[in-house]
Amino acid sequence: MGSPLSSSLQAAEELPVSARGRAPATGLQLEGRPLRAERLIEFGLFGCAFATVLTTVGIVATLAMEALGFLREVPLSALLLDTAWTPLFVEKHFGIWPLVAGTLLTSAIALGFAVPLGLLAAIYLAEFAHWRTRRILKPALEVLAGIPSIVFGYFALVVLTPLLQEVVPGLAGFNALSPGIVIGLMVIPMIASLSEDAIRAVPGGLREAAFGLGASKLATIFRIVLPSASGGIAASAILALSRAVGETMVVAIAAGQQARLTLDPRVPIETMTAYIVQISMGDTPTGTIEYRTIFVVGAALFLMTLMMNVISHRLTRKRGAA
Amino acid sequence: MTQGARPRRRSERAFLFLAVAAVVIPLACLVLLLADVLQVGLGRIDLSFFTSFPSRKAELAGILPGLVGSVYLVLLTAAVALPLGIGAAIYLEEYGSGARLAPLIEVNVANLAGVPSIIYGLLGLGVFVRALELGRSLISGALTMALLVLPMVVVVSREALRTVPHSLREASLALGATRWQTIRRVVLPSAYPAILTGVILAISRAFGETAPLVVIGALTYVTFVPDGVDAPFTVLPIQIFNWVSRPQESFLVNAAAGIVVLLVTMLLLNATAVYLRERLQKAR
Amino acid sequence: MNDSQKEPASKFQLRNVKAWYGDNEVLHGVDADIPEHSVTAIIGPSGCGKSTLLRSLNRMHELVDGARVDGQVSMDGVDIYGPKVDPVLLRRQVGMVFQKPNPFPSMSVRENVLAGARLTGTYDPSRADAIVQRALTQAALWDEVKDRLEAPGVSLSGGQQQRLCIARSLAVEPTVLLMDEPCSALDPIATTRVENLVHTLKQDYTIVIVTHNMQQAARVSDRTAFMLSGDLIEFSDTIQLFKSPSDPRTEDYITGKFG
Repeated sequence: MGSPLSSSLQAAEELPVSARGRAPATGLQLEGRPLRAERLIEFGLFGCAFATVLTTVGIVATLAMEALGFLREVPLSALLLDTAWTPLFVEKHFGIWPLVAGTLLTSAIALGFAVPLGLLAAIYLAEFAHWRTRRILKPALEVLAGIPSIVFGYFALVVLTPLLQEVVPGLAGFNALSPGIVIGLMVIPMIASLSEDAIRAVPGGLREAAFGLGASKLATIFRIVLPSASGGIAASAILALSRAVGETMVVAIAAGQQARLTLDPRVPIETMTAYIVQISMGDTPTGTIEYRTIFVVGAALFLMTLMMNVISHRLTRKRGAA
Repeated sequence: MTQGARPRRRSERAFLFLAVAAVVIPLACLVLLLADVLQVGLGRIDLSFFTSFPSRKAELAGILPGLVGSVYLVLLTAAVALPLGIGAAIYLEEYGSGARLAPLIEVNVANLAGVPSIIYGLLGLGVFVRALELGRSLISGALTMALLVLPMVVVVSREALRTVPHSLREASLALGATRWQTIRRVVLPSAYPAILTGVILAISRAFGETAPLVVIGALTYVTFVPDGVDAPFTVLPIQIFNWVSRPQESFLVNAAAGIVVLLVTMLLLNATAVYLRERLQKAR
Repeated sequence: MNDSQKEPASKFQLRNVKAWYGDNEVLHGVDADIPEHSVTAIIGPSGCGKSTLLRSLNRMHELVDGARVDGQVSMDGVDIYGPKVDPVLLRRQVGMVFQKPNPFPSMSVRENVLAGARLTGTYDPSRADAIVQRALTQAALWDEVKDRLEAPGVSLSGGQQQRLCIARSLAVEPTVLLMDEPCSALDPIATTRVENLVHTLKQDYTIVIVTHNMQQAARVSDRTAFMLSGDLIEFSDTIQLFKSPSDPRTEDYITGKFG
């Protein structure tokens, strides 16, 4: 070591020991309890994470409590066996099926529209598109997914329904068809993106093997790639279904408020979500049977979507394990 | 994947046409939607549209209470959801592996992300509005929204934390830093551009949400600006909802104009997020 | 913790040290005395447990999920796995340098050197300049970086980054420096620099270096430990181990029959 260095070393050494931090280099100070603050912080962070569990508990408790209150006044059989839903009328009926049917009708239309398009888009993005094209198209599709549902509601009611009325005879101003298609539009990016992931996860070797056997690109895609990716594709469709079932503003705006048991997509209907909005917009006093109906409908909605999400997760995980 | 290669067979070309159509149709609808709201609504937007209260006369109505309500709501939501969500993400990423409850919490977050937003409205109605007696107030709305965006904040924050190389944590721990010192001074500074971007995107979702706020009882027709967290309120999407629900053509113009404001604001939020990410990443 | 029983010359005493990853036992009971103020090299083929052994000395091993250590490791006569020992305080006395240089990317050269103090909340601005100069000088880096202390640490060359990481460890004033294949990511010239540095540093520090490079072990170390499949096969003076190994497996390894 040169002389300028040793002088600087001395400068450092001359400083009082107290300024050298807690553990002087000479003695051995290993014993000590982990700082209390560390424990507190970990506990606080755990609290943050546990807030998500409390959210779930809160949802289940709220829905269950009000739904049980409802079931004390209205038997479960009335809910499940009656075919009319008229809680706001003088002659009250509490058959949930018309709302479920309305929900399933719009969701079925949505998926009927979104699954073919989303899947085709996924195949295009995964197997055909140049990476530069994909770099433009994927964010564009994400924009579609980021638009608030209130905007899609406007689109369904003000733009699409009048357009459809030109081609579909007897289409009412409020109907299941238009919001169904618009919900389909909303879930296309999700189906496309998740299916693309599933298609990409198919090992390249399988494609090469098929090409090596002289299979055409289409045959390879339909016979080899899609069957291998089917789990992930199904998962994306079910997740989209769950999203469609839970979608609210589009149907609240464009589907109507008439709970009826029908498969006709041209007439006004009411979905489960739209019913909750309808009651929320009115002045229904707390504790009344009408007030409780929205929690009953909410509980049914929660169970339906939970089931779909669980199935979708299972399918995705199975694909991951295979 | 033979990218860019020209397909030769006719069936292949037909299929490719269909596939391209599948991408183009949704995007065309998006263009149609944007064109319509711009054409209908853009002319309606002037200064008084931003400074006026709702009115029975469509031409006099404005979005002031909705816009102010939305801004307050989003700020309050962020104030609740960000500490909780980032804290939960830190716990799951940095402490979680050793914790027994971590797997349960993880499954739970995944499930919460799939719960329809209107259910959160029922939760807010039952817990914040009724049980905690916060009423149909701004704070009830913000707490409800915070729980709604929480899973998303957790997910994006975890992804951001995961991008921090493990070697940096080791270096810090080997220097005798505690776990929290490592997180605060090494992990978070490295992760925060990505966290920031992610949470802005998550929070901008709250700006466009309508259904849960309708359920907890945000008002539709408000002629005042909220003067506290316990005040009744409305938000921009609910004002739009109110206008869309009216039969008169002139209110649809207001709705379109409101949508333009809503979309432009969300676009700005997203652009800010992307800009910040680029800038902060370049800064290092 | 009986100080009177400790052997004056040994820094670490390992007694029947076992280590696991989950159910996988990767150290099968290692006994060794690591002398003070000297360089101890640990060699052996990949997966022999040499890094694990190193990491058991500053309790970094246990940070991996499901990883644990059994047996006794004493430093200066104190059982470092004792119930009252805080691993955080231990690591302030046992510095570590990793395989790949890992300066903190958001910090300048100067800040990297001071990172230990900053991280642990013992930062003292009035001493900062002295610490920086001293640590960088000890790491033989001062002359190269004294004019760009404010440049990002990651802007240095690979070899400089590694010496920066050494300076960062030294700034915390440890008594031991653990080095986990510190030269495996460096070019020959940078490697030579670090090896020379190791030679200088042993006057003040106890150095344990893991290396897959037998020449390096021979060049820098006073004593060498040869490990194989989680067992310590031979531990003796470096010259003796390389010239006349007592175990045939050691001989096979150093003559290149496997590994």
